[in-house]
Amino acid sequence: MNWPILSVTTFLPFVGALFIMLVRRDDPTGNGTARWVALWTTLVTFGISLAMVMRFDPAVAEFQFVEKHPWLGFANYHMGVDGISLPFVILTTALMPICIIASWTAIQKRVKEYMIAFLVLETLMVGTFSALDLVLFYLFFEGGLIPMFLIIGVWGGPRRVYASFKFFLYTLLGSVLMLLAIMAMYWQAGSTDITVLLRHEFPLNLQKWAWVAFFASFAVKMPMWPVHTWLPDAHVEAPTAGSVILAAILLKMGGYGFLRFSLPMFPAASHDFAPIVFALSVVAIVYTSLVALMQEDVKKLIAYSSVAHMGFVTMGIFAATTQGIAGGIFQMVSHGIVSGALFLCVGVVYDRIHTREIAAYGGLVNRMPVYAAVFMLFTMANVGLPGTSGFVGEFLTLIGTFKVNPNVAALATLGLILSACYALWLYRKMIFGALEKPALAGIKDLGLRELVIFLPLVVLTILFGVAPKPVLDMSAASVAQLVEHYNLAVKTPGKTAGLP
Amino acid sequence: MYQAIVFLPLFGAIIAAVISLAGARARWGGEGPPRGAENDAADHGPHHGAPGVHGGGVIHHAHHEDDGHAHGGEPAAAGSRSAELITTTLLIVSAILSWIAFVQVGFGQQDARVPVFNWMTSGDLKVDWSLRIDTLTAVMLVVVNTVSALVHLYSIGYMHEDPHRPRFFAYLSLFTFAMLMLVTSDNLVQLFFGWEGVGLASYLLIGFWYQKPEANAAAIKAFVVNRVGDFGFALGIFGVFALAGAVDLDTAFAQGPAMAGKTLSFFGFQFNALTAICLLLFMGAMGKSAQFLLHTWLPDAMEGPTPVSALIHAATMVTAGVFMVARLSPLFELAPHAQTFVVFIGATTALFAATIGLVQNDIKRIVAYSTCSQLGYMFVAMGVGAYSIGMFHLFTHAFFKALLFLGSGSVIHAMHHEQDIRNMGGLKDRIPFTYIVMVIGTLALTGFPLTAGYFSKDAIIESAFVSHNPMALYGFICTAAAALLTSFYSWRLIFKTFHGAPHDEAHYKAAHESPYVMLIPLGILALGSVLAGLPFKEIFAGHGVAHFFRESLSFAKDNKILDEIHHVPLHVAIAPTILMAVGFLVAWQFYIRRPDIPVELARQHDVLYRFLLKKWYFDELYDVIFVRPTKWLGQTLWKRGDGWLIDGFGPDGVSARVLDVTRNVVRLQTGYLYHYAFAMLIGAASFITWFMFARGGH
Repeated sequence: MNWPILSVTTFLPFVGALFIMLVRRDDPTGNGTARWVALWTTLVTFGISLAMVMRFDPAVAEFQFVEKHPWLGFANYHMGVDGISLPFVILTTALMPICIIASWTAIQKRVKEYMIAFLVLETLMVGTFSALDLVLFYLFFEGGLIPMFLIIGVWGGPRRVYASFKFFLYTLLGSVLMLLAIMAMYWQAGSTDITVLLRHEFPLNLQKWAWVAFFASFAVKMPMWPVHTWLPDAHVEAPTAGSVILAAILLKMGGYGFLRFSLPMFPAASHDFAPIVFALSVVAIVYTSLVALMQEDVKKLIAYSSVAHMGFVTMGIFAATTQGIAGGIFQMVSHGIVSGALFLCVGVVYDRIHTREIAAYGGLVNRMPVYAAVFMLFTMANVGLPGTSGFVGEFLTLIGTFKVNPNVAALATLGLILSACYALWLYRKMIFGALEKPALAGIKDLGLRELVIFLPLVVLTILFGVAPKPVLDMSAASVAQLVEHYNLAVKTPGKTAGLP
Repeated sequence: MYQAIVFLPLFGAIIAAVISLAGARARWGGEGPPRGAENDAADHGPHHGAPGVHGGGVIHHAHHEDDGHAHGGEPAAAGSRSAELITTTLLIVSAILSWIAFVQVGFGQQDARVPVFNWMTSGDLKVDWSLRIDTLTAVMLVVVNTVSALVHLYSIGYMHEDPHRPRFFAYLSLFTFAMLMLVTSDNLVQLFFGWEGVGLASYLLIGFWYQKPEANAAAIKAFVVNRVGDFGFALGIFGVFALAGAVDLDTAFAQGPAMAGKTLSFFGFQFNALTAICLLLFMGAMGKSAQFLLHTWLPDAMEGPTPVSALIHAATMVTAGVFMVARLSPLFELAPHAQTFVVFIGATTALFAATIGLVQNDIKRIVAYSTCSQLGYMFVAMGVGAYSIGMFHLFTHAFFKALLFLGSGSVIHAMHHEQDIRNMGGLKDRIPFTYIVMVIGTLALTGFPLTAGYFSKDAIIESAFVSHNPMALYGFICTAAAALLTSFYSWRLIFKTFHGAPHDEAHYKAAHESPYVMLIPLGILALGSVLAGLPFKEIFAGHGVAHFFRESLSFAKDNKILDEIHHVPLHVAIAPTILMAVGFLVAWQFYIRRPDIPVELARQHDVLYRFLLKKWYFDELYDVIFVRPTKWLGQTLWKRGDGWLIDGFGPDGVSARVLDVTRNVVRLQTGYLYHYAFAMLIGAASFITWFMFARGGH
């Protein structure tokens, strides 16, 4: 069977969005149809992406499911996945149905448009991870922000305009610089094909400028300190499912960009700039953890903890050891599951009480024991307790970095202590204690729909904690190749880049 | 069989957890129940919240365990009985199998490695789930499972009023599983898994009565302080991987001599690699075993239910640090400086904790400080290279300290959750069985001849005396002095609790002996406190050590300490016994014959008394040097760093300018989304245009 499975995965959600556009009715029936179409589309997409996993050969480091068609003349429609991008594709397709279900009752206005925005977003995100042409990548990458803006701007909270504007300003800077870098690369290599560029040896000078330009864009996405301040605001204003996608997928585009472009295409520059990345990562881990300690808004706290966790990713990636990079990928997948789940946890109580203020809660365990248990699991995963997926990523990035720079690893390990402080403090304030607030007296435990959302996340968090093998194996060959070529490029003076 | 020993408790924990969640859910229901239920909950909600609010008024003393009150007569969760029976039965099976394993491995020399499955593989890093069974593990299996089974049994009685019993038993079994993973680990990462796993269980159990603010605070404190230790532990693991290229124990041990010759650079300082690694790993042990500087969580952990204190904070989890040093003896044996530090910390803790124990009034806290102090003894043994003797004390201590805790629990149970020994007195007539076992436990703890503690504790003091470690003399003085203090505070506890006149007539009258399900474990532990010494002396501290422990403990060639302790001078050999007797006599004088003396002493030496009562002001000190600066820093970085500096000069500043420009020049308030879309379109357009030209140029 030789059908374009990757394109189908990418564009099926878009087709689903078109279907929803055809729904004319704006009454509850029409909304119901929109929801069901969105759910089935995302479920089928997920199914197809699973078929892709089955057919994926983890022993091969090269791109698979490659499709290439002439497109703009200078740029081709070129798609494909390898061990680095496939985990993110799956993460996206897996979380989408969960987001749709999570929005089932929470979104009551403009349901059709909401579902369309999510489906288009899915297409753009999957496209970002599987594009093998810079132009295509750029369109997917930047285009993905538009539905996200809409989701925050239309269905968001009271300060949504401020939040999306902040997001916009940061991103704009990165985009412009990245665009310039792409042009420069095309000028130098004569192609926008990523597979070609990966083999191209860029001169050191260009490497440095292009590295900085790409870094500006990806660092904002990650987000790294000090360009992280858009994230707490964006999270606070976004609806629950928007936060989930933002934390779980959109942030990963930055990390993916480092792995796909910065490290393999500009290895010498990456090596030279690594100390800066280390410094920013450590600052991110310590600084944002400290800031998280003082938050009064649940979503802000989790947002700051996300920045800290992404610090481990950037540190691991630029350590450029097998464990560092594999750990970085794993940490991103794990964080996608765990932080997504944490935002869903917030959504559960927000739907009931309509406040994100930590002080408004307390003693929830008295009424919501199952919720408390689920929240505990994800809190522990956030803290990086061994046995949860959160541990594996942190552990691998740290052990991979220690070999390269023990001081950086030591400072980053401080995050272990600080994460325990803020996460357990949050849990205590919201869940433990006596139930004293009158508003909470009648609060209900998780309903069936919510259990359906959490069950797969709970299973994956534990499964990837005790047996992370599927994810690590999937990326092993590609990571090994990446590390090998990085080391080759860095160790050979004068020879500055590229795959053979 | 080994899989059964380790995984049966996990199995029990899962079943109990399911029962617990199902029961809790049945009680409160999920979202969208029938309308009637909603009204019902709304009606009852505020009333249910009330006991928690006014909890302080209902209970008589601040240190009460107010579980019965706080839950306000909530009905027991459905399936409580089955959860208890399932977890307890599984644990008893596990314990019996452990003893079989103990004989097979210890005497039958059937060491084993049981691979379970691969945990993670990344490049040259390979971590497996596997069980390493040797004598050291077998000893721990016996200790953990025996005490755990008895504590499960005891808890059926102790917790019978609590409505959340399935949850309690789930936690207990989960703890046991994590502890078993810890003691059977074949690599440092699985050790870390067990290490943090017991930390989680400890956190959950300390905070078991989640309505009590003190319990919540204590739980978080325990977890965070342990994390401080784990910070070092984790770095130690990273160091081993960086230098030895693997994290499994066999490779690490084989690479030990090589690591001893390398240096590790930290922030510009050069350290001997092996010494640095051992010290980092030991930092983890200090946290877990509540050693000096990282001890502050243990006394607070007494907020948890008493069976938890017996199992986790006396017999098993807190000894994990001691076990770790024993397990890594092939590394520590090659790092003499690290060993010196171990002796120093152990000796300091032994004496320091004992001084605090002298003046405490909460029955559980006295025993907690005693635990802290005894753990110090074990580390002294580890530091001077007498690993088997340290393990011996771990083994005997598990029995008599669990006994003392469960005995205290029986007292608390009898006194209806009174824990202050100043409000007790004369109880020996009301609860004679508890009195007898507590005396047995005290005799063993203080090292009365022929009890279990006598053999192990004296062996430690003697090994400190004969050791050639630079800190050995300090270790000897501290442990000997601590022996005197231990005897004093232990007898003080007995006298104030069981002798003299009752201080609280109402409590005294109402005191009642505990049910059999609690007394049987007490009896078994009392038996163990007497018998765990003499029969095991040869294999732990005598000539049978080499044959019994074989490769599970490592002794360097010049480490002859086990022979040397047989040749200590007589005055050293009998010194601990004499000190023990002195402590007893002083306590007798103070609390039986002349109860006015201690009161007078406390008044005369008010500063010293407060210093000890306030636990050397460690909590206050840490608050000033860690907690407050951290909070201040967090607040400052947030408001000043993120708010003023980054946002002020970044997006907010820019946006203010942009808005000005937009207003004045374009005079049009478009949405930012369109700005962005517009900018992107222009970008894409110019991009494509440029490419067209560039292509044309080629």
